[in-house]
Amino acid sequence: MIASIIDWLTSSATWSGEGGLGARIVEHLWYSVLAVAVAAMIAVPLGLWVGHTGRAKWLVSVANSLRAVPTLGLLFAVALWLGPKIQGDLAFLIPSIVVLVILVIPPILSGVYAGVEAVDPAARDAARGMGMTGGEVVRQVEIPNALPLMLSGLRSAFLQVIATATVAAYVGLGGLGRYLIDGIKTGDYVSTAGGAIVVSVLALVVDGVLALVQRAVVSPGLTGRATRRRRAEGDRAVDGPGTNSRNPDARSVATGMSAPADEVAPSADQTRSSTSTRQ
Amino acid sequence: MTWVNDHWGDIFTLARSHVWLAGLPLVLGLLIALPLGWLARRWSRLYPVLISASGLLYTIPSLAMFVLMPLVLGTKVLSPWNVVVAMTIYTIALLVRTVADGLGSVPEATLQAARAMGYKGFRRFFGVELPLAVPVIAAGLRVAAVSNVSIVSVASLIGVAQLGNLLTDGYDRYIPEEIVAGIIACVVLALVFDGIILGVQRLLTPWVRAQGARS
Repeated sequence: MIASIIDWLTSSATWSGEGGLGARIVEHLWYSVLAVAVAAMIAVPLGLWVGHTGRAKWLVSVANSLRAVPTLGLLFAVALWLGPKIQGDLAFLIPSIVVLVILVIPPILSGVYAGVEAVDPAARDAARGMGMTGGEVVRQVEIPNALPLMLSGLRSAFLQVIATATVAAYVGLGGLGRYLIDGIKTGDYVSTAGGAIVVSVLALVVDGVLALVQRAVVSPGLTGRATRRRRAEGDRAVDGPGTNSRNPDARSVATGMSAPADEVAPSADQTRSSTSTRQ
Repeated sequence: MTWVNDHWGDIFTLARSHVWLAGLPLVLGLLIALPLGWLARRWSRLYPVLISASGLLYTIPSLAMFVLMPLVLGTKVLSPWNVVVAMTIYTIALLVRTVADGLGSVPEATLQAARAMGYKGFRRFFGVELPLAVPVIAAGLRVAAVSNVSIVSVASLIGVAQLGNLLTDGYDRYIPEEIVAGIIACVVLALVFDGIILGVQRLLTPWVRAQGARS
């Protein structure tokens, strides 16, 4: 069984052509990026606004309680309701994308909100004291500080979209889900399992790439990397080597799961790094 | 309401298997995540390894996980065990971190006090550390419960019966009422799970309420 799956995965006939694996992967990625982009356009400004003003926090709770609704139900309900109203090929595409966007708003929104919420009030006050306007505070202080949690939200959003786009093949969406759904229907386990492996690898790769982006984009002052180095040097200068304090940095092993509460930056580190950069 | 009124029996049968498919993995996952979380706490080198491993497992899309289970377990394609094991894996992936962080949230002073009173080894773990970690672990368990109930419904696509069947059947035969009934049933079930975990948490941590009353 495993041998025939490997054969399937490595044969050029599987990969080429319009319905081939290559085209399906591109399709799958395209749906995912489209849905996350649309959702981010709605959720990021909303999250920044709620976090910055502290108003309408119920929006975040409502978005979070939406997670209890089964994905499959939402998908079928929207497909049944919206599908007949749209003509042609778009009848399959639009309902699925709409559902993906709805699904992905909660993780992005709560990530952005939690990130802004967790910004050290002292940093915000300092920015105000330096004469920054509200917009400048958002752009130059809150967003850079909230970036780790914002990107964690974005990562779990991508994972959800990739998983749900697979299921959406049932209502006629293209992408890698076709292999799974069609394979199950026709009893062709080889292509079903092959498709499942490719989707899993795709999810892992996307998550890995986003983890790297997260590492590259987030200010070193926030991740503790810069502080650790500087502190290690400082310690060595003061009381010799070996006293380098252990810094269990939860974020460097961010898992992409939505666990906003425990990923809050240690505020002591934050203030230390912001003071030391000004020395 | 006519469709629902005609099908109460079916809904209950499906709900019962949904409870099994979502609930059993929750219990199994917790039982496995407890020692793993303890290990991650005990040897700090293991923490990043276990956390990233569980992160990777959690990354795998649910339908793909269900479909790949027979390959890993050697079970039949239609076996409900595929779903139980897959859901257990997801639960462990979510809970290992929670358990480790929960145990880590116990104040050092409390641990030292316990040691001074003669608590050691297993007795200290079950008598002091675990009870104090209950609020954090329960919070993780609630997240896992809600997501389990939702993910299990996907199993109707691989032919394992539960409340998700109302969704697929409603879609296939164009009965919107059946889909709505399925969604509501799933949400209700998620709320019930959530309520049970919350209730057990209250029972296990009577001091939390006592503190709240005093302050």
